[in-house]
Amino acid sequence: MQQGSNPGVVTVCAPEPVVIGVDALPALFSALRAWGYTVVGPTVRDGAIVLSELESAAELPYGWGVETEAGQYRVRRRSDTAAFGHSAGPQSWKNFLHPPRARMWSADRTADAVTVSGAGEQPRYALLGVRPCDVRAIGVLDRVLSHGQHADAVYSGRRDGAFVIAVECTEPGATCFCASMGCGPDAQSGYDLALTELVDGDDHRFVARSGTEAGARLLAQLPQRPADDATVHKAQAAVKRAATEMGRAMPEVDLPRLMTESRESPHWDDVASRCLTCGNCTMVCPTCFCTATEDVTDLTGDHAERWSVWDSCFSLDFTGMHGGEVRVSGQSRYRQWISHKLGTWHEQFGSSGCVGCGRCIVWCPVGIDITQEAAALAALRPPSVLDAAGGETADAEAVGIKED
Amino acid sequence: MDAPTLAVWKFASCDGCQLTLLDCEDELLALAGRVRVAHFLEASREVLPGPYDVSLVEGSITTAEDAERIRRVREDSRTLVTIGACATSGGVQALRNFADVEEFRSVVYAHPEYISTLATSTPISAHVDVDFELRGCPVDRRQLLEVITALLVGRKPNIPAHSVCFECKQRGNVCVVVAHGAACLGPVTHAGCGALCPAHNRGCYGCFGPMDTPNPQAQAGLLRATGMSDDDIQRAARTFNVSAPTFIELSRVATRGKAS
Repeated sequence: MQQGSNPGVVTVCAPEPVVIGVDALPALFSALRAWGYTVVGPTVRDGAIVLSELESAAELPYGWGVETEAGQYRVRRRSDTAAFGHSAGPQSWKNFLHPPRARMWSADRTADAVTVSGAGEQPRYALLGVRPCDVRAIGVLDRVLSHGQHADAVYSGRRDGAFVIAVECTEPGATCFCASMGCGPDAQSGYDLALTELVDGDDHRFVARSGTEAGARLLAQLPQRPADDATVHKAQAAVKRAATEMGRAMPEVDLPRLMTESRESPHWDDVASRCLTCGNCTMVCPTCFCTATEDVTDLTGDHAERWSVWDSCFSLDFTGMHGGEVRVSGQSRYRQWISHKLGTWHEQFGSSGCVGCGRCIVWCPVGIDITQEAAALAALRPPSVLDAAGGETADAEAVGIKED
Repeated sequence: MDAPTLAVWKFASCDGCQLTLLDCEDELLALAGRVRVAHFLEASREVLPGPYDVSLVEGSITTAEDAERIRRVREDSRTLVTIGACATSGGVQALRNFADVEEFRSVVYAHPEYISTLATSTPISAHVDVDFELRGCPVDRRQLLEVITALLVGRKPNIPAHSVCFECKQRGNVCVVVAHGAACLGPVTHAGCGALCPAHNRGCYGCFGPMDTPNPQAQAGLLRATGMSDDDIQRAARTFNVSAPTFIELSRVATRGKAS
């Protein structure tokens, strides 16, 4: 079995970067397919750069870029042939590792027995073009869905079989803020192979380095040349420059504490007046993992299935219990989402739930901007509470799932 | 045990929702094996006497006679499920609720005296207790089967009340609002169709009525941002679910700025 980039897999190589030409990408596809992987990567469809199962390198979005703003996304022609010259699109890798609908088990009843089948074998994906922010997001999902007491069979099966090819970011979008979240634009770990794309006229190439033994073995199969210092420096400079070209930044405050102290902020009314509670932000977020359980039966009543379906803290039924729903207002639902994402996630999973990819900003139809909302909360934070808190963060009550 | 009996009733409607039941071609035999179809005039002239275990009710109440008839259907039905926008919110014919029916009658019909109608088109729930409301214009085939299947085994149907946006994202549709600047009612509309129109690069028309917690004010702003005039917004809100409170509010948001 090929080893993916899961934590726990020993990284053996001290990666010497090499240079592969763009004409090595078909060989990359061939090698991955020969190893049994289905390649998933970016391609142009319906006016967006989407993630899709790809048959060949020819389907990559050569020469396409994107313009993003809050609530707005447009593809545009680039002046070069870059394949990865675009920021995050409408999907994330979660769509493949933690699919929108997944059958957890099925059961059949006969006269004398009930037969139960599990989730079954999962597809093995090679994820091509994973941005450093998204590499971090996969790490967050690992912690939530694989490393807890009850591992998610579908996610873990897909994740264990996955091969991750990161492509470092050299051209962030107007809605990107991974640098301020400490999640990019450079890839530090969590990949099998990392590429940095360089395009100078006809000279279209990638600086490549492996992150795992499997990555090194794959790289060895590709036509390559050693990376000269000038090329390596050029790639590093491009990534370094990207860090300064982020269109957004998260305010530099103690976010968990800000969220705790903003529980009664007047700003929730302001957000709720704009928020459609449509759930788009959670669907496109690469770390939002919540699901609902659907038990279904067929007309005979002898066949039953349990499905895991993406759900969202923006749906009313998400907090439905006997006696009604807990978070009835739009205020409480937006507060829950951002407080978990930027605040209580730390307590629960040991990191931020936000990696700065900017998808929630772009794909919110009304352009609600998590960085601006956090800044507004910071500006409105009552100083007296700040002082009184004395550096202590949330107690359970202050985390606030209670409807006001 | 005798098979449970199923009855299908028509009120003011186009028959499209009943037709959806007949469209369940692959499952129809299995369904016929599980229930006794006791009253379904679109499918069979055979009519069995009530009471009925499950009644599916299509259409809205637009006449005094129908207002009486739905009471008898309710009395004869153990479980009553409304199917479709007409039965659930009054349908497109509820446009009359915002106009003068007498004027229509005098202008449209050669013999206005033949027409006996109420001034309003109202949903079934305005007249009798309803056990479950299935949305859509028409209802979705899979959802209809899901409701019937759930009733047969006594479980809650899996019919989410969140926005169409959930379905777009789950299906992998590219958002027509964000990527194309199209007008779309998806954010305020109840899921159930599987995001059919956005899957074909069209904005949502709101066939399934309002989602569980819609924000009509924010939706009006969104539609304006896509270039719609207030008249356009009012027209968009006044279709299959014109009388649903959210869509009434959406149309009023759009007209608030106007002098009339």
